Amino acid sequence: MSNSAIALTVISIIIAFGSILGFYAGARHKMNLEQWTVAGRGFGLLLVWLLMAGEIYTTFAFLGASGWAYSRGGPTLYILAYMTLAYVTSFYILPQIWEIGNKYGMQTQSDFFHKRYGSMPLAALVSLIGVVFIVPYLQLQLTGLGIIVEVSSFGGIGRVPAMLISFALVAGFVFASGIRAVAWVSVVKDILMLFAAVFLGIGLPYVYFGGIPEMFTALINSKPEHLIMPGSTKVMGHSWYISTVLLTSLGFYMWPHIFGATFTAKCGNTLRRNAIIMPLYTITMPLIFFVGFAALMTIPGLSNGDLALLTIVRETYPAWFLGLIGGAGALTAMVPAAILILAAATLFAKNFYKPLFSPDMTDEKVAKLAKILVLVITSISLYFAIFSSSTLVALLLLGYAGVTQFFPGVILGLYWKRVTTTGVFTGIITGIAIVAYLVLNKMDPFMGLNAGFLALCINFILTVLVSLATEVKVNGFQELQSKEATKL
Amino acid sequence: MHKPSMGAVIVGLIPFVAMCFTVSLWDRIYPIVFGLPFNIFWLCAWVLITPLCMWLAYNIEQAHLKEEHPDE
Repeated sequence: MSNSAIALTVISIIIAFGSILGFYAGARHKMNLEQWTVAGRGFGLLLVWLLMAGEIYTTFAFLGASGWAYSRGGPTLYILAYMTLAYVTSFYILPQIWEIGNKYGMQTQSDFFHKRYGSMPLAALVSLIGVVFIVPYLQLQLTGLGIIVEVSSFGGIGRVPAMLISFALVAGFVFASGIRAVAWVSVVKDILMLFAAVFLGIGLPYVYFGGIPEMFTALINSKPEHLIMPGSTKVMGHSWYISTVLLTSLGFYMWPHIFGATFTAKCGNTLRRNAIIMPLYTITMPLIFFVGFAALMTIPGLSNGDLALLTIVRETYPAWFLGLIGGAGALTAMVPAAILILAAATLFAKNFYKPLFSPDMTDEKVAKLAKILVLVITSISLYFAIFSSSTLVALLLLGYAGVTQFFPGVILGLYWKRVTTTGVFTGIITGIAIVAYLVLNKMDPFMGLNAGFLALCINFILTVLVSLATEVKVNGFQELQSKEATKL
Repeated sequence: MHKPSMGAVIVGLIPFVAMCFTVSLWDRIYPIVFGLPFNIFWLCAWVLITPLCMWLAYNIEQAHLKEEHPDE
C-alpha cells in the first residue's frame, strides 16, 4: 500500500469509529427538538465538562495554534491566557444564566434576550448575528478538515475535493446524531488530542533538538524576536494582546452554542465546579505551540502556517502515524463543527424564522426546518472555506469580534436593573457595524487594538448611555432579581 | 437570582491581572525557567495557579450561599 493509502485508511477507521459511537449514543434517546439540542437538560458534571471542553479542543487549537506559533510566534500566547480566563469569567455568569434558563425553560441564547428585554425583534437580531458569526467558525473547521485530507493524501487529493469530502463527513455526522452523541464522541476526540499533544509536543523537539530546553536555546540563538510580542508580525504588540485576551475571554460564553450548552447542566454548582477544573484543560496548549516552533526551524518557508503540524509529522513519522494524528485532527474538526451546525440551524429555525415568518409552526416542523438548514449553513461555510485564504486563528478572531457584542446585553441584563431594550439594541447594532467596517476595510488591528475589542467598548458605553436616557419598559427577570436566590 | 459576592469577584480578578494586564512586565525571554522562555513559563504557571484561585472563589461563594439560605 502507498503511504497516502495507509494514512487515509487509518483516518477513515478513526472517523468511522467516532461516527458509530455517536450513532449509538444518539439512538438510545427519542429525538425531539429538546433532546436534539439540549439533551433534555440532564447532563451532570462529566458530560457538561466534556461538551464544554469539546469547544476548546477544536481544529483551531490543533492546527491553528501550531500554525500561528509557526508563522506569528509571540502573539500566539494570547490563546493560553484567553482559554484560562474564559473559565474564570464563566464562574460569574454561567450559574446565573443557568438558573434563569432553568426557571423559564430556555434552550437558546436568543430565548434569554427575548425573556429579559421582551423584544422579539431584538431576540431575532441576536439569533441572526449568532448564526452569521458561526459561519467563520464553521469555515475554520471545514478548512482544517480539508488540510488534513490534503496533507495526509500527500497532495493526491486536492484542496477542493478535500473540502467536499469534509462537508459530506460533517453533514452526515450531524444527521446521524444530536447533542448527546456529540458529547460522547468528544470523549474519544479529547483522548486522541491529549495523546497527540503530549506525543508531538515532547517528541518532535526531542527528535530534532534533543529536548524542549535545547529547542528553545536554538530558537533564541537564531530568532529571539519570534518568541516575544509582536513576534514575526508588526502590529500584534502588548496592546493587541490585552485587547484580544479581554475580547475573547469575555466573549467565549457569548457563542450561541456554548451559551446554549449551559442549559444542559443539572445545577448551577456544576458550572461553578467546572470553572475550577476547566483551566487545567489549557495545559496541553503550550505543547501544541512547541510543535509550531519545532516546525519553524526544521521545515521553514511553508506557504501556510496551518500546514505546519501535519507536514512535520509527515516528514518525521511513518504513514500510519500520520493517519493517527490526521484521524485525531479530523475528529477535533467534526465534533465542534457538528455542535456549531446544530446550534446555528436550531437558532435560525426557532428564534429567527419561526417568530418572524410563521409563528404557529409546530416543534416538529421547526425540527424539520432545522435539518434543512444544516445543509444550507454547511454549504455557505463550504463556499467560504474554498474561496478564502484566512488563517484558522484569524477566522476565530473574526467570529469573536461578532459574538462578543452580546456581552453588554448579557452582563447588564443579569446585574443591572436600569438597562433598557433600546440601549441594548443600539449597542449591538453599533458594535456589529464597527466590526464590519474595520474588518472589511482590513483595518484590524486598529491603532494597535483588536478591532472587536474597540467595538465592544463603544457598544458597552452606548448601551449604558442610551439605557440611562430611556425608560425601562420590560424586565423579564424582575421576579428572580428582586427576591434573592430561591435555590442553588 | 444569586449575585456573586465581592470577595469571589476580587479573587477572580487575580488571574486577569497576572495573565493579561501585566503582559509588558513578563513578556521576556530571560530569565529562562525550566528551559522555557520566561513569558511561556509565566503563563503555564498561571494556568496551574488559576484553579487554586477558582477553588478559593468557590469556597467563598458556598459560604455566601449558606448565609443567604441557612436552612438548606
